[in-house]
Amino acid sequence: MSEAQEFKHIGQRTIRPDGHDKVTGRANYAADLALPDMIWGKILRSPHAHANIKGIDTSKAEAHPDVFAVATHADIPNSDAGGVLNILAKDKALYHGHAIASVAARTEAAAEEALALIEVDYEVLQPVMSIEEAMADGAPLLHESLMTKGLAEEPTSPSNVASRMEMNKGDIEAGFAEADVIVEREFRTATVHQGYIEPHACTVRYDEDGQSMIWCSTQGHFGVRQSTADILSMEQSKLKVIASEIGGGFGGKLGVYLEPVALILSKKSGRPVKMQMDRDEVFKGSGPGAATRNKVKIGAKKDGSITAMEAHLYYESGAFPGSSPLGPGCMTVFTPYDVENQYVEGFDVVVNKARCAAYRAPGAPQSEYAAEMVINELADELGIDPIDFRLQNAAKEGTQTMYGPKLKAVGLVECLEAAKNSDQYKTALKENQGRGLAAGFWFNVGGDSSVVINMNQDGTGTIVEGSPDIGGSRASMQMMAAEELQMPVDSLIPVIGDTQSLPHSNPTGGSRTTFATGMAVIEAAADVVSQFKERAAATWNVTPDQVEWKDGVAINTSGDGELTAAQICAAASRTGGQISGRGNINAQGAGPSFAVHLADIEVDPDTGQTTVIRYTAIQDAGKAIHPSYVEGQFQGGSAQGIGWALNEEYVYNKDGLLENPGYLDYRVPLASDLPMIDTVIVEVPNAFHPYGVRGVGESGIIPPLAACGTAVSKAIGIWMTELPMSPPRILKAIQDKS
Amino acid sequence: MVSVVYEAPDSIQGAIDLLANATITTKVLAGGTDLIIQMQGVNEERLVVDVKKIPGMMDATLSDKGLDLGPSMPCAEFTARDDIKAVYPGLVEAAYLIGSTQVQGRCSVGGNLCNSSPAADTIPALIANGAQCVIKGPGGERTVAVEDFVTGVAQNCMDKGELLTLIKIPRPAANTSDAYLRFIPRTEMDIAVAGAGVSVTLDDDGTCTAARVAIGAVAITALLVPEAAQALIGTKLDEDALQAAADAASAASKPITDRRGTVEFRTHVVGVLVKRAAKIAAERAGG
Ligand SMILES: Cc1cc2nc3c(=O)[nH]c(=O)nc-3n(C[C@H](O)[C@H](O)[C@H](O)COP(=O)(O)OP(=O)(O)OC[C@H]3O[C@@H](n4cnc5c(N)ncnc54)[C@H](O)[C@@H]3O)c2cc1C
Repeated sequence: MSEAQEFKHIGQRTIRPDGHDKVTGRANYAADLALPDMIWGKILRSPHAHANIKGIDTSKAEAHPDVFAVATHADIPNSDAGGVLNILAKDKALYHGHAIASVAARTEAAAEEALALIEVDYEVLQPVMSIEEAMADGAPLLHESLMTKGLAEEPTSPSNVASRMEMNKGDIEAGFAEADVIVEREFRTATVHQGYIEPHACTVRYDEDGQSMIWCSTQGHFGVRQSTADILSMEQSKLKVIASEIGGGFGGKLGVYLEPVALILSKKSGRPVKMQMDRDEVFKGSGPGAATRNKVKIGAKKDGSITAMEAHLYYESGAFPGSSPLGPGCMTVFTPYDVENQYVEGFDVVVNKARCAAYRAPGAPQSEYAAEMVINELADELGIDPIDFRLQNAAKEGTQTMYGPKLKAVGLVECLEAAKNSDQYKTALKENQGRGLAAGFWFNVGGDSSVVINMNQDGTGTIVEGSPDIGGSRASMQMMAAEELQMPVDSLIPVIGDTQSLPHSNPTGGSRTTFATGMAVIEAAADVVSQFKERAAATWNVTPDQVEWKDGVAINTSGDGELTAAQICAAASRTGGQISGRGNINAQGAGPSFAVHLADIEVDPDTGQTTVIRYTAIQDAGKAIHPSYVEGQFQGGSAQGIGWALNEEYVYNKDGLLENPGYLDYRVPLASDLPMIDTVIVEVPNAFHPYGVRGVGESGIIPPLAACGTAVSKAIGIWMTELPMSPPRILKAIQDKS
Repeated sequence: MVSVVYEAPDSIQGAIDLLANATITTKVLAGGTDLIIQMQGVNEERLVVDVKKIPGMMDATLSDKGLDLGPSMPCAEFTARDDIKAVYPGLVEAAYLIGSTQVQGRCSVGGNLCNSSPAADTIPALIANGAQCVIKGPGGERTVAVEDFVTGVAQNCMDKGELLTLIKIPRPAANTSDAYLRFIPRTEMDIAVAGAGVSVTLDDDGTCTAARVAIGAVAITALLVPEAAQALIGTKLDEDALQAAADAASAASKPITDRRGTVEFRTHVVGVLVKRAAKIAAERAGG
């Protein structure tokens, strides 16, 4: 790939192909499908955070005249399948809102009436609601047989610690011995939700012949097929999953909640079943982002060189072991720094909260928040500008990461320089205002993507891809295909194929779609081009290498003749049949994306209220295919991270019950809460992608936590160590100081 | 199946008859921005009496005596009335804070009052302005001060068959004005964590001769705080007087800790709001 690549479509701001449907309300989301004879499924959820289930009596619900089917854990065909205890609890309710039983009835109201008729005999247990409580001596156990993995010595008794991990490089002790200044702090972050607007929903049908269909909102319909088929002991060929339009996911729609239950109910009732969570259920019963308690210690010399970085990370996994993003949390914590001596230890701990799910750059915001806060405090202690301090220690091409590989070309230095040159950094602050800067690192992933480009007889085409479009990726696919085929963008219509139209594709997650599925699109388009050349060559009786493809036209280089795509396609049945290109790849070489954010926040010293007055998000996109959607990703990540930093948290009462399952009291930032988020796209190409693309979807949620954390800390003159920095918490810090 | 019986009488007497004679639970419907949400998932038969067709319920008349406010007038109409805003800017601001543009088109001051939430935004502003509730029912008509109208969380002094027919707000004395402030963690679409409505009257040299201070969201009902008013009266609303009023408001508050704020936070912030609202009211009154 050359630096001087010239593009016709890439980098333009085209109109997204899904735009009209979405702004007119025509687009079909998960709850929009109704089928003839369809009935409604509903879930009975645990009113307790921790309880033994001694019995479930569904007889009264079954006798309800409008009820068609009732299902409990006992109805799950494969009770060894992954995650089934979360789908429907067996003998323990492990969190407030844990699914216990389900019914399908003629109407939604009848289903709700029937739920009230189910009698569950609970033995209420003491809930375990924090890392401290979970790790305390004599803590109630969530799982009687949970033995900590990863300890030096095999444990002899069960605990709530699911696993321990450790990574290091260099000599941490020697590193601290060299340091002139050491800062060590402990931070806390709360349980948060991804806050997608569209609740989980599905419509399913299980036919007499065992053929079945699921329509749902998901980040990965192949994954839905895999886990649902596993839970129902079905062959994958029997299950067609169609991904609806999706109203946000952010990692929270990678797993399944309703789909297997709905299919069991459909199988039992012989009717199509629709299920839809209400908002309360989304908060209680889907997977939030992990709460954490993280200790970070960093040492540096007077000259600003960092000598040692150490972290001890504790991640709540929710009710089931291994569900926290501890691994990526550990792997990312110090990656922005080219420092020889690093050590990290991490724990995955179960608590009586909903099972954690992925949330945009899973695990990284929490651990990097702690690291970036300490970096900023250390810069202060040393009297060095936080950008200069980072530039001096920044990871770059060749930096050895703690988790394994050496970094290839990355854009952290470029992002830091852009921050230094930004308007915001040059704007003076007023009284009660503070500025925070933070960096963020996320790997991004590649993996399986499958694409077919089907050419029509008039020379237009359809791009069939297997990656649900959450962030405008269909527009990018269209642009990449158009670039490669040298055809007009709107002559190629991108669609998301169902699980029967394509081979397996990994989900839209890990910021992989524009990178990996984009590569598959490019490969499929190249396949079409080579077939165009073959067909033209056959027409002219020359060899394909004597044909050039230029501006959407085949040119005979050894004679006369030009054929357009339309002409080749129109003649296809006579030159060897219809044309389609294929790109089934396992994409390698995902390029990490570094981000640097600047937050200016004003604090009202009398109330602790925060106002974000300026915000700039800078990030390396490698190559921005569609700059507007790249900027949108930066802004969306920033908004979510700002919410995480300032106001968002699950509030539990003393019995472990969730008190704020709704957007009134789970406070995501409103449009009016935020200033315009300025963006700077840095482009340091990823050598492994034909156009240089890196994923951009996730890194943007990492820096806001420490950028806001530092801005607030500077505004009030106290280092804040707990998120969210809600007004009561800030006011208390101010009052405690004075 | 549960059914809802809907009636929309065109007279107050018609509404009273429906409410008084019903054998099932009755609910008065104004804009419905509280009621309809509260009826979701309710499993009992109900009679809903829509009062918006009753003459006068949706009107507001401003005279030298004061404001006669039809309790069901949508806030969007109420807050668009510049004549009312000129006299009771704080009350209009309080009404404007409710919900969003969409909610404003429906929600009403009377609904806010009758819903009787401790955090209702218009209630402290009504109390600061000395507003009175005119209630009619099978037993006739009675008038109750707003501070006595609400008796508990979602409870008020109206009995079966009664409804609120008018909110009467006296015309303020010369050089009087009001202000209402609330604290929410965000900029809109939130419920007051604390609120304060203040009305002050100044004489020619700027001394406060009368004041009313009311606080919201810091007790089971909005409270009139005479001690805070006393701290202002006779002063030029200097920093000491404002702080004394703030302290009196904090002392009078009896908040709880919940998902929206702690006791300590609410106690402190309600004082801050009283102080700030008193300053704004004084600026307005001084002209
Ligand atoms: C999105 C949203 C945001 C909101 N934001 C705020 C806010 O910021 N601040 C705030 O204070 N409130 C807020 N609310 C609550 C609500 O909008 C207000 O309380 C509003 O003023 C209620 O007015 P209404 O006309 O819709 O009342 P309704 O819902 O029609 O009635 C409310 C209650 O009063 C009773 N009632 C109404 N009129 C009479 C009458 N004449 N006689 C007897 N009883 C009567 C009803 O039976 C019901 O119990 C919000 C609501 C929503 C949905």
